[in-house]
Amino acid sequence: MEHETFYTDLLCVGAGLAGERVAISAAAAGFDAILLSLVPARRSHSCAAEGGMQAALGNCAMGEGDSPDVHFADTVKGSDWGCDQECARIFADTAPIAVREAANWGMPWNRVVAGKAKYWKGGEEFEAEEKKDKHGLITARAFGGTAKWRTCYTADGTGHTLLYTLDNKVTQLGVRVHDRVEAVSLIHDGENCIGCVARDLKTGKLRVYLAKATLIATGGYGRLYSETTNTVINEGGGHIIAQDTGLVPFGNPEAVQFHPTGVVPTNILVTEGCRGDGGTLLDVDEKRFMDIYEPAKAELASRDVVSRWMMYHIAQGKGVPSPYGDHLWLDIRHLGAKHITTKLREVYDLCRHFLGVNPINQLIPVRPAQHYSMGGVRTNSDGAAYGLKGLFSCGESACWDMHGFNRLGGNSLAETIVAGRHVGMKVVEFLEGAEVTLNSRLADEGVVKETERIERLVNRTDGAENVYAIKDAMQLVMMEKVGIFRNGADLQAAVDSLREIYAKAKKIGLRSSGIGANPELSLALKMPGMVRLAICVAYGALMRTESRGCHARDDYQARNDRDWLNRTLAYWPDLDADLPDLRYEPSTKVMYMPPGDRGYGKTEIIPMDSPKED
Amino acid sequence: MSRQLKFNIFRFNPEDPKSEPHTDTFMLEETPSLTLFIALNKIREEQDPSLMFDFACRMAICGSCGMVINGRPGLACKTLTVELPEEITLMPLPVFKLVGDLSVDTGTWFRQTNTKIESWIHSDQEFDPESVEERMENDLANSIFELERCIECGCCVASCGTANMREDFVGAFALNRISRFIMDPRDKRTDPEYFEVVGTDQGIFGCMGLLACEDVCPRELPLQDQLGILRRKMAFVGLKNIFKPKEKGRHRRF
Repeated sequence: MEHETFYTDLLCVGAGLAGERVAISAAAAGFDAILLSLVPARRSHSCAAEGGMQAALGNCAMGEGDSPDVHFADTVKGSDWGCDQECARIFADTAPIAVREAANWGMPWNRVVAGKAKYWKGGEEFEAEEKKDKHGLITARAFGGTAKWRTCYTADGTGHTLLYTLDNKVTQLGVRVHDRVEAVSLIHDGENCIGCVARDLKTGKLRVYLAKATLIATGGYGRLYSETTNTVINEGGGHIIAQDTGLVPFGNPEAVQFHPTGVVPTNILVTEGCRGDGGTLLDVDEKRFMDIYEPAKAELASRDVVSRWMMYHIAQGKGVPSPYGDHLWLDIRHLGAKHITTKLREVYDLCRHFLGVNPINQLIPVRPAQHYSMGGVRTNSDGAAYGLKGLFSCGESACWDMHGFNRLGGNSLAETIVAGRHVGMKVVEFLEGAEVTLNSRLADEGVVKETERIERLVNRTDGAENVYAIKDAMQLVMMEKVGIFRNGADLQAAVDSLREIYAKAKKIGLRSSGIGANPELSLALKMPGMVRLAICVAYGALMRTESRGCHARDDYQARNDRDWLNRTLAYWPDLDADLPDLRYEPSTKVMYMPPGDRGYGKTEIIPMDSPKED
Repeated sequence: MSRQLKFNIFRFNPEDPKSEPHTDTFMLEETPSLTLFIALNKIREEQDPSLMFDFACRMAICGSCGMVINGRPGLACKTLTVELPEEITLMPLPVFKLVGDLSVDTGTWFRQTNTKIESWIHSDQEFDPESVEERMENDLANSIFELERCIECGCCVASCGTANMREDFVGAFALNRISRFIMDPRDKRTDPEYFEVVGTDQGIFGCMGLLACEDVCPRELPLQDQLGILRRKMAFVGLKNIFKPKEKGRHRRF
């Protein structure tokens, strides 16, 4: 097979913040690195993070007395004790260093301004005194679920600015970035991973990357759902190639976070600030409903609670019909033009530019959408993937696992460069000691296999199933049955439907020629893998008979620390099978903080030491 | 009655020897809040699965979807059909290499240009993980961010008279980027060093002052001001250079 081959020390699949941070470590230590990206690196999903990243600097008035210990405790509580506490500890300790390092590289973090300052919380204005000796240091803002204000930010463009800062560093260090290249399979001998077979998305040609270490940093798998705030490229590509090896487990696939207010039709996120400042949710009759379901907190209940009641209300026939499916309304009209155009400026712009709606006198169409993937490629605390030497993962694509069953706002952006810094160091250690044989025979075999897959799709050898119909069917099942509300019957139905969809996904045939940068072929190549990931999410959720963090079961409402203080590991050893092999491991090896009450949300807990029922 | 939209879309697949550049027409019924993001995806999924275009974030922050919309470069995700006539003509951005149909290779162009202008902080200061960060005024951080808001979508480059005529012009995006570094005290480059980077016809003196860049910028960056300030600054440095002996042994590619 004619193909181009690239050799390197570190191959990063994914060039968002996590991938770039690890590549920077390798390059700074004198190793060669190549970054692969589906899109130009600066267009990665990392750029969409607006709010900021958590790091316990304790510089601002409302962050006074903060420390990595407090940040660690918030993170473990937030995870509903589903996280690996060793990783949460490394994370909280490293976060302040990573923030300062980014400043050293040019990140324009917002700074403390000494003197009296006015802030907003829960719709109320209050005053705080910023200290003189902290003037000019990196400041922070409030985010949900944190004891202190510790979210460092740059206006409303933290992710964008951080990504540009790191990509500048990548450019400076001469790291090669191959954008519009998609990894389609890993190259391994059953023990060592030595790179990947990839498809050039500019020409459609296959190529080979051989590397001593390979990192998966491809972000989340939000596009398994029909409604998601994720960018269109978050299709779980990295998870698919890792799980396809049969050796690397998909950790906690069922741990998926939803956000209550994505706008219809594009699912762009509307900030929680709308509800915080007094916005209300209305149904088809333009009547409020959250005050009926949650008399105390109404619209201000936690993300997962609001999302659940919204879906429930739509299921009761109270949704607003639209060509894009049923939705509800967010009403901020009563806040007035002045408030909307100043305090909620972003929302004002978003509604006008993307919806053609003026929120000063019109209602905003919203519904809950998938938002974040806590699950991912399971790694140890070094970021080394289970099952294959030389394979690493980092960022949202990894199940490292500092988020457990719920991720706190500001901890996702932080994880990319904090875990990236730590994993980068471990990758360098690995490269220093690595004696790897880059076997080109394995690569040739990989290319032959992928060429054959492409030919079968183009020639419709296995059938003529429409890839877009399969994608739509999968996304709908996931949204309706593996979404916010979960129960045994729906999850079983979802697994059954997805198995049928998987059978069809193996019979896809292209309707177009497949020549060049053909988008139908790109999707067709990963569609069976996407359905396998979806089955893992649904099946993992079905088997987990408890509620923990974002995984909320109507039929098992308690958090069950006795039976389920563990992590799902979904293996797929046989691609002909249509169910994963689920195994489990304890959530954490070290227990700095024993399970307790989170202090918000549900409180029903079955303790670790409670007696087993029959 | 909702409108029937007529899309005229440029088609060409450079990898297919049988493909010739041409225009295809697609009809689509207009729905509420319809953006070009939704419309193009519908056309691809329901009418022609081979149609090539680029989107990622679909919220105007990633810069993927620049294209020429009824003659004007803009972001497709941020364009509501209700703001356009019934007939919508879509072309790929000029200047950049065509990947196919509406998709162009902006990644290679921007990486090359960022490398050329050395778009990074030049400093000898090693990072010390133990020490507290260097202080900065918040107003300065905000001013840096104001220019750092550029999303490299390529609209300014595609609309630029000079960039359309000469391949080596760095474009308004790069000049804005240099202004960002000049403003940042962490970048230790001196004015003469910046002059070496952009004090040429490929840089600030290539700008003809047509300023379409500012007109089409989806981030509404103050490009006119920045180009003006940079031109004055660099002209001044250039004048001083005339009276100074040339430095030996330093050579930059442009």
